[in-house]
Amino acid sequence: MFANQIGYYSLILGLLFSFLLCTIAIQDFNKVNKKLNANIIILTFLQLTFVIVSFFSLILSFINSDFSNETVFNNSHTTKPLFYKISGTWGNHEGSLLLWLLVLTLFIFLFLLKSNSQPKKYRILTLLFQQIIIIGFFLFVLTTSNPFNYLFPIPKEGLGLNPILQDPALAIHPPILYLGYVGASIIFSASLAAVAQNYISKEWAQHIKKWVLISWIFLSLGIMLGSIWAYYELGWGGFWFWDPVENVSLMPWLSLTALLHCIAVLERRATLTSWVVVLSITTFTLSMCGTFLVRSGLLNSVHTFANDPARGIFILIFLFVLIILSLGVFFIFHKDNNGNQNNFFWLSRETSILINNWFMMYFLSVVLIGTVYPIFLDVISSEKISVGPPFYHKLIAPFLIPFLLFMALGPRLKWIKSKIEKKYSIIIIFIISIILTFFIIKNLTTNILFYTLLLSAAFFLFFTTLKEFLTKKLNNSSQTIAHFGFSLLILSILFNGILSSEVITNMKIGEKFKFGKEEIFFKKIEERRESNFNSIVAFFEIKDLEGNVVELEPEIRVYNQPLMVTSEADIKTTLLEDKFIVMNLVKGNEYFNVRYQSKPFMVWIWISVFLLGLGGTIGLFKTRT
Amino acid sequence: MKKNITILITGVVLSFCFIILYKGLNNPNTYVPKTSIKKDIPIFNAVDFFSRKTVSSDEIFKDNTYYIVNIWASWCVPCRVEHPLLMQLNENHSVKLIGLNYRDSFNNAKKFIDEFGNPYSRILIDKDGTLGVEFGAFGVPETFLIDRNKKIIKKFIGPIDQEAVNKIKLMIK
Repeated sequence: MFANQIGYYSLILGLLFSFLLCTIAIQDFNKVNKKLNANIIILTFLQLTFVIVSFFSLILSFINSDFSNETVFNNSHTTKPLFYKISGTWGNHEGSLLLWLLVLTLFIFLFLLKSNSQPKKYRILTLLFQQIIIIGFFLFVLTTSNPFNYLFPIPKEGLGLNPILQDPALAIHPPILYLGYVGASIIFSASLAAVAQNYISKEWAQHIKKWVLISWIFLSLGIMLGSIWAYYELGWGGFWFWDPVENVSLMPWLSLTALLHCIAVLERRATLTSWVVVLSITTFTLSMCGTFLVRSGLLNSVHTFANDPARGIFILIFLFVLIILSLGVFFIFHKDNNGNQNNFFWLSRETSILINNWFMMYFLSVVLIGTVYPIFLDVISSEKISVGPPFYHKLIAPFLIPFLLFMALGPRLKWIKSKIEKKYSIIIIFIISIILTFFIIKNLTTNILFYTLLLSAAFFLFFTTLKEFLTKKLNNSSQTIAHFGFSLLILSILFNGILSSEVITNMKIGEKFKFGKEEIFFKKIEERRESNFNSIVAFFEIKDLEGNVVELEPEIRVYNQPLMVTSEADIKTTLLEDKFIVMNLVKGNEYFNVRYQSKPFMVWIWISVFLLGLGGTIGLFKTRT
Repeated sequence: MKKNITILITGVVLSFCFIILYKGLNNPNTYVPKTSIKKDIPIFNAVDFFSRKTVSSDEIFKDNTYYIVNIWASWCVPCRVEHPLLMQLNENHSVKLIGLNYRDSFNNAKKFIDEFGNPYSRILIDKDGTLGVEFGAFGVPETFLIDRNKKIIKKFIGPIDQEAVNKIKLMIK
């Protein structure tokens, strides 16, 4: 109860500090002193402290199961394990917005600490733009989604946390993803400030690159965690469904990746400035868009917490204010003063980066259209459609072929101007890739030409980056590792797609079922009790031709708070393949509905995203000479 | 010149997006599973809220009339919102309301009824929440419409609104 009050009032104090900060910053802006007013950093720190206090008091209410707090009441229950009580804090609308605020204030504080060598006016403008975003979120939280609403009479018991959200991967998925999303806010504010000060330069690129990398790493890992959760928990046996909610996290990632490469060009050649600014704006806008679509209830999915139009209207207006503000700054202040913009030599590293950026923009548009089109159609003609995976596969896969080739060749080229050299190694690798692919693919699928091209392109990237590891002294290891990770990602996704097999059948205890080279044996079932659910555990044995036995234990869980039945898949992961089994009750019958899948190279998808993140992390710690 | 055209196009596209998204917000987006297959009401025994006597489902639904089963609790905030509508439905004589008091304490529930009025012809106690499950409920509040053949013909998840009330009135005519 007490924590409620503290949390609420520190939020209000945090908001007041925003106004105070803006006033002091504007005063300091026109002063002649070269150094930033030290009070600004102290005030930013205090603001951060207030948000932290507020956040921790909400966590405290969750730990104590204080049901006088409406958020706690709606999303927690006394029988929940402590871990999920705590993760319940950000597993709901109000708490997750508080987390947004926390990361927003944290990042601007860190930015001010780390940007001592930058011009004062630029730092102040960044602070001001960031404070506009922060004020917007404070108002949003306080007016439409206060996490500290008081309930009276105090309910005895909470409504519980949605069982499918009770999962370790999902407990850390939102904070990581938010670090990525909100990291984009700093890039947004900083690039607007840099445009206004006409400071988009090589020095600026070096300084902002770290922030781009940080958000990129967190965004990549955040998306992966969500994907891992979908794979293990939702039990659909896939890792990516082109669900609108997944798409809204993929879009900022694509635009951030393009930005990362533009920054690399800007760092060397002081060009592509418009690209950098527009991509900075796009990335943050898309992150906000994601929040808007998910929070407003425009999209129906596991993430739709609440269906409150007032909230939607607030974010919508706020989003458009930010877009108009940023475009205004861009159109008024931005001078495209680099005459060498169009003077790219056709064979150079920046040209290949530019080409791939256009490809990434294309991928981004496909995802954007696929996500937004159903919403627009629904509004205009009240027709309900959903855009499925075939749309994305058809439009994206063919363009991956040149994309992968440029990705493999680009880093081999020199900046500014490169000569055509007789690099036999590249040609040899290319031929090896094609032959290898042809033999792998020959017996597997009907669409040989397409898959051969796509797989060879992926193999080509794989081998060229691998060769880089073995021969060169790794002067650009972060790029090589990240590109290697990406080739591995594409390869594992492709093989996973082509080689996966599935069977759905009804089985009862003691039955055997032949499936390809394997035999599924349904041994027995057992009942178990946990504090927050009861479960039926089934024991299956999968035997292959050589007599190797793998045991799988899928579960059907009946959660008590709220009452809900979920199927827990059991997955045995090896380096080569995942065996996935999930079962369902068949009403009024001794049979169980069993779905068994063998999914090759599943684990490599996660590993390759880790490699991507690793590449980024190395780039973060490496200082360029 | 080129810049002006860019600004103009951006402006038009943005306004278009804004209008569409704004309109989209006002579309109802709650998903209610279709209960096209008419389900029998479950057979059960329950304790009456006031008399504390055990009654069977046959006894509860014995009249040849429409019934509404409403799952509610005093701690449930949306239940307060829908309560006046239940009072309004109770004025209709071709339907009887049965309240299912879900995981509640007697005193709190009594206070709730005293304060907001009692629309129910009978209240049943569902102390451990099993009865709600028998009906196929996901949470509180939830409302079921039962026809003269004792089949569940409509189910409302979450608090009912005026539209739902109108729908019910149309169905029991």
